Amino acid sequence: MASSQATDSAERAHGARVELRDVGVRYTNATVAAVRDVSLTIAPGELTVLLGPSGCGKSTLLRTINRLVEPTSGTVLIDGADVRARDADALRREIGYVIQAVGLFPHFTVAQNVAVVPRLLGWDDARVAARVDELLTLVRLDPARYRARRPRELSGGEAQRVGVARALAARPHLLLMDEPFAAVDAIVRASLQAEIARVHRELGTTIVFVTHDVDEALRLADRIVVMNAGAVVQAGAPDAILQRPADAFVRALVGVDGETRRLALERPLIER
Amino acid sequence: MSGYLVEHPARVAALLGQHVVLVLVALAVALLIALPLGVLAARRPRLALPILGITGVIYTIPSLALLALLVAVLGLGPLTAIVALVAYAQMVLIRGVVAGLRGVDPALIDAARGLGLTARQTLLRVEFPAALPVILGGVRVAAVSLVALATIAAWIDAGGLGVLLFEGMNSDNSAKIVAGALAAAALAIIADIVLRGVERAVQR
Repeated sequence: MASSQATDSAERAHGARVELRDVGVRYTNATVAAVRDVSLTIAPGELTVLLGPSGCGKSTLLRTINRLVEPTSGTVLIDGADVRARDADALRREIGYVIQAVGLFPHFTVAQNVAVVPRLLGWDDARVAARVDELLTLVRLDPARYRARRPRELSGGEAQRVGVARALAARPHLLLMDEPFAAVDAIVRASLQAEIARVHRELGTTIVFVTHDVDEALRLADRIVVMNAGAVVQAGAPDAILQRPADAFVRALVGVDGETRRLALERPLIER
Repeated sequence: MSGYLVEHPARVAALLGQHVVLVLVALAVALLIALPLGVLAARRPRLALPILGITGVIYTIPSLALLALLVAVLGLGPLTAIVALVAYAQMVLIRGVVAGLRGVDPALIDAARGLGLTARQTLLRVEFPAALPVILGGVRVAAVSLVALATIAAWIDAGGLGVLLFEGMNSDNSAKIVAGALAAAALAIIADIVLRGVERAVQR
């Protein structure tokens, strides 16, 4: 996956294709399943948002893709290959992962945090250093100013930019984002959303994005997958979800102002 | 009062040296045992209770009684003293390791595993560094209490500053007792200050 040729500036890669087949997750001792027989195909380069209230199983479903959670039934395939056939750690190094709490390593500098996966993959120093600068630039942090900083010297928004850079370091074809912008204020969130939309456009990476925020889902998604109580309720383009909610749950989720939201969607993100 | 120290600096220094060696060797061996046991206790809640329970019980045995028991098995000398010190240090050190590892932000572990660090890499590169200040707190408390405990090593011919205390008591020489007590107290205070410095340094 991480090609040995050091042509790191040729950024655009193909996105991975993700297939979930009848995926079910039941945690030990739990009375109800966290995820119930979810089947879903995510096309290469698509930004899919898993949308639903907390506890609906969207994070659990996301975590089956990089094997942080092992499904109790069903199969997860990436580019046609069963993820269970792969070593879990090697698999995860090929998949970007961003979480709400960011989880930057506090005893590492920003550069060392971004370099974690390239180091695990054995890249040499020069290639790692060049890649770190490239990524910080990609997430709009001046490398000269931020490279040597410690995570505690960053604002919440800056920290999550570093989190995104770290996830993209080894050119993953797939990026998993679990409520990545839920902990920052509205203004910072809007700018981070715009950055992710831009990065997605520039890189063509397949992104699976978990959120409970309807506006965020509408703003970012190529396709929205609405979940409730461990199952998929409706999947479709944002516009279709707004215009033709499948049931009362989806209607309540997108709200009575669905039409207002649909109009807001027509303003392209780039102009914000 | 400190007459003995002024008149016999070389003797006090030699005994102080023995004392430091006893404490350092015991502390090093104790850490080698406490680190894996602490990881085990932090990882497996079922093992935490017996590990913390047994080391807690050892901690409550009066030190003179423990030494007497060990002498019966291992005989007199520094080895026996070190075994006793190692046993005493376990509870404080293991609690430090367990508290340190349990206190690590779960998000750090989630991020580390999600990025593809193995369980071992996560422990060594993420969890231990994050837990280090708390673990070092345990080391500091253990070191200070070992300095005090090591004075009774003299009772089983293991040397150290306790020699001055026992000689002073036997010959009714209060100057010797004062010299031994002052030196041991100074050593404990210095150990505390140095290890606090190390704790602060790793927190940055």
